[in-house]
Amino acid sequence: MSIKNDYLEYNIDADGIATLTINQINEPANLYSFGFVKAYVDVAEKAIADSHVKGVIVTSARRMFMAGGDLRALSNPNMDAKEFLDGILLLHQKNREIEKGGKPFVAAINGVALGGGMELCLTCHHRIALNNTKIKLGFPESKVGLLPGGGGTAKAPYLMGIQNALMYLLRGTEARPQQALNDGLIDDVAETQEELMSKSKQWILNNPNPVQPWDNKKHRIPGGAFWTPNGVQTIIGAVGNVNKMTHGNYPAQEYILKIVHDGLQIPIDRALEIEARYFTKAVMSKEAKNIIRTGFMGIQAAKKGKSRPKDIPKYEVKKIGILGAGMMGAGIAYVSAKAGMDVVLKDVSVEKAEFGKSYSKKLLDKAISKKRSTPEKAAALLSRITTTADPNTIADCDYIVEAVFEDPNLKDRVTKETEAVLGHDKIYGTNTSTIPITELAKSSSRPENFIGIHFFSPVDKMPLVEIIVGEKTDERAIAATIDYTLAIKKIPIVVNDKRGFFTSRCFSTFCSEGSFLLEEGVSAARIENISKKIGMPVGPLAVIDEVSLTLGMHVYESFPKEMRTPDSDRFYHIEKKLVDLGREGRKNGKGFYDYPTNGKKKLWPGLKEMFPAKPDLYSEEIISKRILHRQALESYRCLDEGVLRSVADGDLGSVLAWGFPIYTGGALSYIDYVGMQQFIADCDQFKEQFEGGERWNVPESLRALSKEHKFIHDFKTRKKIPS
Amino acid sequence: MEAYIYDALRTVRGKGNKKGALMGVTPTDMASQVLVSLKEKHNFDPTLVEDVILGCVGQVMDQGANIAKSAAQQSGYGDHLCGVSLNRFCGSGLEAINQAAAYVKSGFRQLIIAGGVESMSRVKMGSDGGGMFMDPALAIPGNIVPQGISADLIATRDGFSRNDVDQFAYESQMRAAAAEKAGYFTSRISVKDINGIDILNTDENIRPSTTVEGLAKLNPSFAMMGEMAGFDAVAIDKYPEVEEIHHVHHAGNSSAIVDGAAITLIGTKEAGQALGLKPRFKIRAAAIHGTDPTIMLVGPAPASQKALKQAGMNVNDIDLFECNEAFAAVAMRFMQQLNVPHDKVNVNGGAIALGHPLGATGCMLTGTLMDELERRDLNTGLITLCIGGGMGIATIIERV
Repeated sequence: MSIKNDYLEYNIDADGIATLTINQINEPANLYSFGFVKAYVDVAEKAIADSHVKGVIVTSARRMFMAGGDLRALSNPNMDAKEFLDGILLLHQKNREIEKGGKPFVAAINGVALGGGMELCLTCHHRIALNNTKIKLGFPESKVGLLPGGGGTAKAPYLMGIQNALMYLLRGTEARPQQALNDGLIDDVAETQEELMSKSKQWILNNPNPVQPWDNKKHRIPGGAFWTPNGVQTIIGAVGNVNKMTHGNYPAQEYILKIVHDGLQIPIDRALEIEARYFTKAVMSKEAKNIIRTGFMGIQAAKKGKSRPKDIPKYEVKKIGILGAGMMGAGIAYVSAKAGMDVVLKDVSVEKAEFGKSYSKKLLDKAISKKRSTPEKAAALLSRITTTADPNTIADCDYIVEAVFEDPNLKDRVTKETEAVLGHDKIYGTNTSTIPITELAKSSSRPENFIGIHFFSPVDKMPLVEIIVGEKTDERAIAATIDYTLAIKKIPIVVNDKRGFFTSRCFSTFCSEGSFLLEEGVSAARIENISKKIGMPVGPLAVIDEVSLTLGMHVYESFPKEMRTPDSDRFYHIEKKLVDLGREGRKNGKGFYDYPTNGKKKLWPGLKEMFPAKPDLYSEEIISKRILHRQALESYRCLDEGVLRSVADGDLGSVLAWGFPIYTGGALSYIDYVGMQQFIADCDQFKEQFEGGERWNVPESLRALSKEHKFIHDFKTRKKIPS
Repeated sequence: MEAYIYDALRTVRGKGNKKGALMGVTPTDMASQVLVSLKEKHNFDPTLVEDVILGCVGQVMDQGANIAKSAAQQSGYGDHLCGVSLNRFCGSGLEAINQAAAYVKSGFRQLIIAGGVESMSRVKMGSDGGGMFMDPALAIPGNIVPQGISADLIATRDGFSRNDVDQFAYESQMRAAAAEKAGYFTSRISVKDINGIDILNTDENIRPSTTVEGLAKLNPSFAMMGEMAGFDAVAIDKYPEVEEIHHVHHAGNSSAIVDGAAITLIGTKEAGQALGLKPRFKIRAAAIHGTDPTIMLVGPAPASQKALKQAGMNVNDIDLFECNEAFAAVAMRFMQQLNVPHDKVNVNGGAIALGHPLGATGCMLTGTLMDELERRDLNTGLITLCIGGGMGIATIIERV
């Protein structure tokens, strides 16, 4: 008997070994879905009933064995919780019947098997993977606010021990086959496709009636069962660490622990029921929907160039000129060379340019020591970076990133000097965090080719690039800059030009709101800790120190007087108070914190005299809301004013640029996370209650959306800032 | 000072085995759900409740580390709410009520939640070990035998035949089924999962299809143990007048192993006024009595007599009784000794049909009796349970 359908192919060889080859011809990759499981179970049941079949090898016809669940479907399940739960329970029941069917199933893992794909392998009695470092195995679900809901959470501890399993489940670890073998996730590896199939076949012949470890009373959980001293210690440690990691903001991680806690003590079928209930809850949670929308679909769309003007030919950057070899220029040179581009790194002297290049060497040495690169690859990358002090060297570059100091006069000079030699059709990107592009473009004789390209520090780590469209920037420049950004494997968002653009402007509200709370009498520790508790990666005062207080003051001082606001004045004066005492931030070892040369940073004790704290001044809820609402409201203003061209870019930018907590979906989705009516009511109350209340002014357009009971994603975005 | 019962609430009972609906629910969660339901039902101010006293027998693993405080914390009443777990074996749930009443009457507390919880599927009977049945220094001089042997010894001594106990068991099933059908179990909540979906919304163990003929076919549960482990002989050493022990008890006429949780809200008059609640009952008397540990399960009658004396009542003053059906013979002996008719005892069935979640049962019986007294517009009720180690417990409640 052989079968072929939209999901798989099934053939039986002369020895009675059946091969079930997954091949979802209508999908870009094999996906774990209700449709697939039904097709799989149908065939598996036939194999079990067929007396000619000794066992089944489950493998894939695609490059990836199975990529995981269908996140699009999962984030919009189109059914209520009960219906979904019943579907999952039925899926478990069917898979369990196959496990207990008395015939060996072997997963011959010949490609990436993640999430549901790995869980399918766990329903098999034996797992052999091709020993190829391109193959990744694991359960990445928790990274998108979900949990392994195809049996993985309940079963992994039996194979890997509680501790290893929790590491994989909670962190979404993706392991290479050898590592997965060491950790107990798979049973064997094979060096070639032939060996993979022959080992699979042999195992079937040697194990005619296999029993799953969770059904085997003699099976011992590696490292100890649940109620053993080791098991108890592991769970207690995991509870603490999960709490530290999530602050209670990410329910999926808690659910994973709960499933292991409640499920590992009882028979597997009941543990799977528990898993199904929590999986249902996770799928239905707004956190998962938010994380998937922004962290998965948003990033995917950006990577596919969703903001790129259509019908413009791909702009290829073979050679790039980077002007300025400071922190930013050095990082941009590295990521460009890494993407295979020839790089000209220019500074005022070759020495300075070489110093910038040495940053790449430092990164590469580290990568070699961690076995992520080889000396050959490193040498090749470095050979692509040419250092120079001569403006003529950049004449044949396809793209320019100017990354000199944030000084309009300097930028003006560099622009003119460069355009004098650069090809007339080449694009000139200026890396700035705040200075309006339209102003800088006045230095350019070709403003249509002139665009803002805002990188974040450190460039090699930060995934986002904020592309700023000046008044005269044309579509071709936007397309080219997106092409370049994608070529260096960064994620682009495109915004319109206004001082501070989107990211710097909104990020600064996080900093200033933190400093206002301090000034009003909330203790520094309380501000920092509550900010982290609600999901900001670091507190606002620590962030100001990182950026440096003097930089903040410099940006303010560069504002035209008429653009200064009471809020920016107030923030400036708080920073000035510290800077007057020589406390400039992390860079000089003292800011809001002290930075001992050896040891952890500690809040500067003098803050208590400078800003005496009034105990219990504001509740934790008020502080939390002031921190997050402020950023969200400023983000909304960017949307309202036309700085942001899409809600998705605002969400993505806030998460990737300054770490706005992703469980909320991002700084704009946050408004719906809180509830738009609640958000507006809070802002109105803050306006009455707190000093400088104007910053809580709610734009009329948001009130209108709220009155119509619409959501933030219903906002009609503008392509340009209305004049 | 009087102690009033303002309300009683229990979960449905799930079979306490690996197929039981509630095996996936931790006992803390069950207890917490019933606490939350009470709060939601009355929408009262939870800050006025001071303490949660929960009976629980197997206080290890999921039920270890003071499950009463664990449930109090999970319930979200607030950090002020304390919790204490107690263990008087099968009498624990009623002991919790009695202790709460004593605290209230003494003036030491104003408002307490008292009840019990047991997940017999997750924490198996005997998981907590202990010396009673195992330490030779206790078990040998005490002539300690398993409870089933004690129950069979009662049947043998009191002359209950296999058919007698099966008839009683059949009646328990029929009464429970009728009460279920009529919707008498009004103070019962379903147990829900994290999604709010019902995991179980009815008592899982009731078998309306039970027949006396069917029961007659079941094998005795304790004959093997009496013979092979020597316990028949141990019991006969203590009761030499018994020639041989008739092993009449089996799975169908003994209490069912189930999971569940139950609570009552007990407080002073003022506390109830502050909550805006009307008292339903007051606690008139509470007594315990110890007996020979070999026969072990004969405590209900003497404990009840003590309680009656305390209340200045006699047995005819009690309108309805709940005597825990740990084994059919226990309740039958109780009726015989106090000379009360079966139509006043366990009128909506008992643990044979509904199950006996060890730590919770005493509280469940109280709630069932309260509902039934009100339904019939009667006034007084007595709850009693036999207890391992040779104890009995009894409580008398009266409508307000």
